[in-house]
Amino acid sequence: MLERLPDLVNGNAALVRRGRHLSTTFLVEVGPQGWLVHVREGRIAGVEPGPFRMASWSFALRGTAEGWAKFWQPVPPPYYQDIFGLLRQGELRFEGDLLPLWANMLYVKGVVGALRGNGGAS
Amino acid sequence: MSVAFEPIVGRYLPFAFQGRTYRLYIEEAGQGIPLLCLHTAGSDTRQYRALMNDAEITQRFRIIAFDLPWHGKSSPPAGWHQEEYKLTRDFYIEVIVAVARALELDRPVVMGCSIGGRVVLGLAADHGDAFRAIIGLQSSASPSAYYDISWLDRPGVDHSEAALGAVSGLMAPMSPDAERWETLWHYMQSGPGVFYGDLHFYTVDGDLQDRLRRIDTTRCPLYLLTGEYDYSCKPEYTVEVGKAVPGAKITIMKGLGHFPMSENPALFRSFILPVLDEIARPR
Repeated sequence: MLERLPDLVNGNAALVRRGRHLSTTFLVEVGPQGWLVHVREGRIAGVEPGPFRMASWSFALRGTAEGWAKFWQPVPPPYYQDIFGLLRQGELRFEGDLLPLWANMLYVKGVVGALRGNGGAS
Repeated sequence: MSVAFEPIVGRYLPFAFQGRTYRLYIEEAGQGIPLLCLHTAGSDTRQYRALMNDAEITQRFRIIAFDLPWHGKSSPPAGWHQEEYKLTRDFYIEVIVAVARALELDRPVVMGCSIGGRVVLGLAADHGDAFRAIIGLQSSASPSAYYDISWLDRPGVDHSEAALGAVSGLMAPMSPDAERWETLWHYMQSGPGVFYGDLHFYTVDGDLQDRLRRIDTTRCPLYLLTGEYDYSCKPEYTVEVGKAVPGAKITIMKGLGHFPMSENPALFRSFILPVLDEIARPR
């Protein structure tokens, strides 16, 4: 499902500009499934599905499948409208080097939020 | 020629408090029952812009809001560069009482949101006689942190971007874009370390649970209104306060989040007007 990110993000000029100083790879886990998201100057350069033998990433968003499914609903239920709500609900953990995440929080929210109502939960 | 100014007027007040002098920014609109409004952590009085522009309210209420020291257009005290800003429970409660007294407000209604919704519980517990009624928005009695707030004040992370990132999700998804982003702009404009320092009250030195039993709603009515999308102060936390305070009137506001008066003023109006009507009704 995260394979659609290049299409959803790279055509969004405002979002790409917001992430223009970010070049990194981060991991998104949805239950047992994982994806490496490669970011180059705000554009999604590629998305690799797991499983991984030697994954290298700066930060990880590890969430439950149930939590992400609610997050990606077109109109999420209360507390599930944001990744901080998922944190609050114990449905998500931030791990790794959180500096690039915090420095680009709204961009990262925009990237994972791009899947909302776009088949993110399928 | 007439200029279509809003009816809100702002002024600065030299304000002596606990041995220091602050330059406080205060704005107001309307006439009638004084209604003192308290902004959230890391923000300022602009959160009440819609309320102050609402003629149906300002014809009966004199709405007053002040920027806490360090916030908005209120300066930090001289020497601020040598200290770390941390909002404490006692300072917060006492500064509100002192401002109300300095402005010679006659038993004002006080309304606060988030940290303001917490601190009004302390006002209700220990200064109930000084207030006509108390309104808490997004009220909770006890600290509960859910992320590492030190990221809000750290070199390498732009503090305004961090504040934006931390609070952007707290509003209801259906709140209008223009009002949501206005609300976030206020957050982005707070000084470095100020939002973080306010959260010292919200997450560490701000427990009021043990004071709830002192609240007497027959002396000073207590209204608690909480938006359903707020995962910081969840409606269940407000309900807990209600269980501890007999007579507290609770409204859970559907379709609103953590900043009801600012993120969707039109919808908030439908919840707050009946409360203000009740307060204004002769008893």
